[in-house]
Amino acid sequence: MMIEALIAVALVGAFVTFVAPNRIAGKLAFAISLIPAALSLWMFSAFDGSGNALLGGELAFASEFEWIQFGEYSISWLVGLDGISMPLVVLTTILSSLAIVSSWTPIDERESQFYGLVLFIEANLIGVFAALDFFVWFIFWEAVLIPMYLLIGIWGGPRRKYAAIKFFVYTNVASLVMFGAFIALVFGLGDVTTFALPDVTAAMLDGGPDGFLGIGGTTLASLVFVAMFLGFAVKVPIVPFHTWLPDAHVEAPTPASVLLAGVLLKMGTYALLRFNFTMFPAEIIEPFVIPIAAIAVISVIYGAMLALAQTDLKRIVAYSSVSSMGYVILGLIALTQFGVGGATFQMVSHGLISGLMFMAVGVIYNATHTRMVTDMSGMADRMPVAVGILVAGAFGYMGLPLMSGFFGEFTIFFGAFGAEGLAYSQVFTALAMFGIVIVAGYLLFALQRTVFGPYHLETDYDVDRAPLHDIAPMFVLLGLIILLGVAPELIFEMITDAVDPILETGGEL
Amino acid sequence: MALFELPAWTALAPALVLALTAMVLFIVDSISPDSRNSGLLAGTTAAGSIVSLGVAVWYILAGVGTPTIDGGRGVIDVLGDQFVVDQLALFFMIIVAVVTALVAVASYDYMEDHTYQAEYYSLVLLAATGMSFMAAANSLVTIFIALELASLPSYALVSILKDNRGSVEGGLKYFLIGALSSAIFVYGISLVYGATGHLQLTNIAEVVEAGDADPYGGLLGLGILMLIGGFAFKTASVPFHFWAPEAYEGAPAPIAAFLSSASKAAGFVIAFRVFTEAFPVADTASAIGVDWTLAFVILAIVTMTLGNFAAATQNNVKRMLAYSSIGHAGYALIGLAGISAGGGELVMGAAMMHLFVYGFMNTGAFLFVALAEYWGVGRTFEDYNGLGRRAPVACFALAIFMFSLAGIPPLGGFWSKYFLFTGALEAGLLVVAAALVINSALSLYYYTRLVKAVWIEEPVTERDALAQPVGLYAAIVVAAVMTLALLPLFGPVADTAVDAATAMLA
Repeated sequence: MMIEALIAVALVGAFVTFVAPNRIAGKLAFAISLIPAALSLWMFSAFDGSGNALLGGELAFASEFEWIQFGEYSISWLVGLDGISMPLVVLTTILSSLAIVSSWTPIDERESQFYGLVLFIEANLIGVFAALDFFVWFIFWEAVLIPMYLLIGIWGGPRRKYAAIKFFVYTNVASLVMFGAFIALVFGLGDVTTFALPDVTAAMLDGGPDGFLGIGGTTLASLVFVAMFLGFAVKVPIVPFHTWLPDAHVEAPTPASVLLAGVLLKMGTYALLRFNFTMFPAEIIEPFVIPIAAIAVISVIYGAMLALAQTDLKRIVAYSSVSSMGYVILGLIALTQFGVGGATFQMVSHGLISGLMFMAVGVIYNATHTRMVTDMSGMADRMPVAVGILVAGAFGYMGLPLMSGFFGEFTIFFGAFGAEGLAYSQVFTALAMFGIVIVAGYLLFALQRTVFGPYHLETDYDVDRAPLHDIAPMFVLLGLIILLGVAPELIFEMITDAVDPILETGGEL
Repeated sequence: MALFELPAWTALAPALVLALTAMVLFIVDSISPDSRNSGLLAGTTAAGSIVSLGVAVWYILAGVGTPTIDGGRGVIDVLGDQFVVDQLALFFMIIVAVVTALVAVASYDYMEDHTYQAEYYSLVLLAATGMSFMAAANSLVTIFIALELASLPSYALVSILKDNRGSVEGGLKYFLIGALSSAIFVYGISLVYGATGHLQLTNIAEVVEAGDADPYGGLLGLGILMLIGGFAFKTASVPFHFWAPEAYEGAPAPIAAFLSSASKAAGFVIAFRVFTEAFPVADTASAIGVDWTLAFVILAIVTMTLGNFAAATQNNVKRMLAYSSIGHAGYALIGLAGISAGGGELVMGAAMMHLFVYGFMNTGAFLFVALAEYWGVGRTFEDYNGLGRRAPVACFALAIFMFSLAGIPPLGGFWSKYFLFTGALEAGLLVVAAALVINSALSLYYYTRLVKAVWIEEPVTERDALAQPVGLYAAIVVAAVMTLALLPLFGPVADTAVDAATAMLA
């Protein structure tokens, strides 16, 4: 019942915070969020799952109840964690607590509603990573949208309404496509009468669907694969479905950006791993390997080029997510132990690093009220600590050894380079690695202009050092980034343990 | 349980309690005719409907209406089969009682300064009685009487704001179209009687099954078509829908909630009963040459599409909700469209579930409009801008209703729409299922528009602190909590609905 406890604490906390007075809402929400954070850390230390959740692995903290019976189909409450979801749950709880602390300065109106929504998102994100019945999972998946829509729409920047609606429409349409595809798949499977993902996976790997509405089994499986890929691709997001992301990020308030980049994008890659690359047998995936790898590489390069063209610090960080998530896709499609394992590791790592970067940009914006690279220079003079962290985060992004980004990217490249199922894997990997050069280029370029040199600022605000509660969460993140960089096996072992069965049961090409 | 010793007519208790409460209100009113004691009146109304709800829930739990082989107590006939109390009847009696209770509690604040308080509440109860009886009526005569018992008070309720032009106009329009529809309906009854020689649904079915109605196939078909017209009016389905926006807009908002939720559900229950009991699909088709479910397929698609498109173009919140309620009638019509196919009980059960969820979410939405009218903030989307700052709790509830109406998980509306979708697919109604999905996606536009107005837009005018009327708030919060609570509770609701549908189609 540990997972239920996590979700319940966050949910109840959300309602308590929502009706609490504005003045105490921030502190209250933080205090509440510490409970799931501590619980999840304890769960992490006591984790005893093995294997992959969808492939008959031993789940940690699992529970299952009958829920709804409709005709012959039944829906049950089925949750549990394996080596892939455990680190992501910890990432969610920690990042939520830190995001709440980092909102204390910038959020100065309707606080109780703001923090209530943040806790509500946290509850649903935990649910997304823990749920193993399609319906339960889908409910959490969709329920994340509503609070994020409101966070962007109410507390966002000047173009918040446009950004909020764009975000909502894009991701909701994508969800509908994916939902329809999955339902068609279950109908097509015939003898499967539950929506439990392990059951569906077993049936998929054991012959696949018989067909539905006159569409043959193999065709149906391929169509569903494509539809689900598109559905998740928007969430990730990968080129050409990325256009909602910069808008949403730039307009979103800092803490929402932290959660958006840190955890929400991972929902997409997590779902890709769970559904597309675990459920489908090799012969269905095979024709799509080259196109997906190509899309991944295009995302890496194109996202990085777009970032290079920006002058808004937040936009730079936002576009760099497109490029980082391209690496994750490349690792997934490689379908090797290092590729998929590295991609999963990179999900966690990118969550930490992008969270850190958004916080640092947010702190600088709070002090200067501008994010334009052209408006400032020599910030290191006035805000040494915040700027120091920004630089450290940027190095993490570039993949400096001993920081988590290095291990994630290195394993992905290593896994992708030697991928046997991926033709021209060396070419794809080399092209993707070129992305690192561009990333280093735009980050150093931006830092050079804003951080170093003589102090200059084109606004009327007095720049002061950030208060401790703005700096502290960034130090926690930096500590975690270095910890995972030095000792990646802290989570990499449990990840590979859950990844290996995927490659054994048919994924490996 | 003591249920066995009760005489059969007590099975109608949920409806009788409502009628009795109306009588109590008459007595209260005659003792102190000038009474402005709205607390007593609203309290009595709410208490009466909650007792009715309690009795209905108790009956369902005690197994009234469930087939005896399942350990239930079987269907109970009253007055020589004129009424039946089965799961279907109890299910809809629950919906009616719930909506009546919410409306009564909310009306306490809304009607505070109006005259005709006692009349208002007793009319609400009489209409509710009619709707409750509609759920149990088992012969075309009792159906017609119950229908009129529900309709006549409704006409008066719509126009009860005598000084308000919109109210009177809406009431008149409602009345004229209602009278016309009643005439069509009763003419349809006479044609069916002429063709079959019976009014009781089961007897009609026997005649149709035996093929004795075949020589009068045309007559019977025309009669059925006219019956459909009557239902279309009561459920605000195309083509008898155009009274609804006028009437809902003009009516006091709690009455709009009442009509669009309870009255619509009651219209559907007679449609479900008449078409499953009296006109078995295959035999009727051989008699009249057409499969009548085809009519409902067309009606469902046209109604949901027209309702949603019209709702998307509205600037007035109440009219938007009125058109959206037409759209939802289209969703519920799927329940009738699919019953001829295999898995028909799932489609019908899904439609019942949708009406159940709708009873909470739509009532809640209209009650929010009542709250806005109470505050005097105006009627357009712009007038609602920024209300979230002043009334976060009510606006939070509104967001729940809107997202639920749009069918976003995890709210109740998602579940019922999902079951309608799978039900329609199982019944092979691909076009209808597709129309359902497209319309749901479209509806997201105008539902989020309201959420956006109250939460995201800046207020156009500065407002003082808004009053927090206890009754309206309580009703809205209860409706919101129920819309959310249906998530864990959907299992039993789904079971009851599908069981009831299975029994009807057996």
